[in-house]
Amino acid sequence: MHEMSVTMSLLDLVLEEASKAGAGKITGVNIVLGEMTGIIDHYVQANFELLSQNTPAEGAELSFQNIPRQARCRNCAHPFQPTDFEWACPKCQSSEIEITGGSELYVESIEVE
Amino acid sequence: MEIKVLKDILNANNQIADQNRQLLASKHIMAINLMSSPGSGKTTLVLRTVEALQDKARIAVIEGDVSSSIDAETLSQAGVTAIQINTGGACHLDASMVNSALANLPLDDIDILFIENVGNLICPGGFDLGEYLKVVILSTPEGDDKPHKYPLLFTQAKALVVNKTDLLPYVGFDLETFTRAFKGINQQAALFPISGLTGEGIAEWGEWVMDNLQKLRKLNP
Repeated sequence: MHEMSVTMSLLDLVLEEASKAGAGKITGVNIVLGEMTGIIDHYVQANFELLSQNTPAEGAELSFQNIPRQARCRNCAHPFQPTDFEWACPKCQSSEIEITGGSELYVESIEVE
Repeated sequence: MEIKVLKDILNANNQIADQNRQLLASKHIMAINLMSSPGSGKTTLVLRTVEALQDKARIAVIEGDVSSSIDAETLSQAGVTAIQINTGGACHLDASMVNSALANLPLDDIDILFIENVGNLICPGGFDLGEYLKVVILSTPEGDDKPHKYPLLFTQAKALVVNKTDLLPYVGFDLETFTRAFKGINQQAALFPISGLTGEGIAEWGEWVMDNLQKLRKLNP
């Protein structure tokens, strides 16, 4: 829902990193995106195409490594992926769980020329 | 050529949030980011808290809304220092909006600063404002199934306020089901069933707020 603000920050970040490295053109951006953030990758892609026009990042290809929700049962320590419909531990049915992954939102690397 | 970056996409926001946090700490202010759906009772909770703590703490409010100054006016009429931020359409507050608001508040005369985020259970969860605590409010007509529908926000809460308990007999909200779902994904958080209408539960909530203020003062004398 807030992909526009996220994409504006993304663009600023990659332009700054490329400029620090003395790169003239950004050809790719590798992003790690957790499911818990609620950020939709193709909205970011569409926003990026618009916002990056006439910048060194114009035409850069965004690649997303999507990280699903991850949880660990507090009762039996079983690691599992909660689905949209089921958050209890599939092994012991406990609903006492700890969220261990899926909130990532960072740039892993950029490809520059 | 590949350049390693390994930086949070919201890095710029997080840096301003850290500045806010430092400024607030230097002024000994405890900031609470209040997040909820529209209409769950954020402003009412603030008004009730001001009443409950009137001899104990000086409270000010940053009001975030897409548009209007209705809430800030309501608070000002009740004698509360309040400043309105209109996001002009954005679905959340960010750290720079809060930074500008802080520049217009009498920071030497504030103990507790409530930041009422834009009513929304999704986007506010992505943006650090530099607050000390995040508190989520859910009102009973919204339903007891919300923790699993909006997990990000519910896992971030240091406390959860269930408002409108006076409507429990009418709205089919099962407090036990809700508590099981919420505590399942967030064991540490405190839970306060309250009614902004009758004042039920406000005293306990107020005590928790004051306990946190004392803790913060011990950490940062």
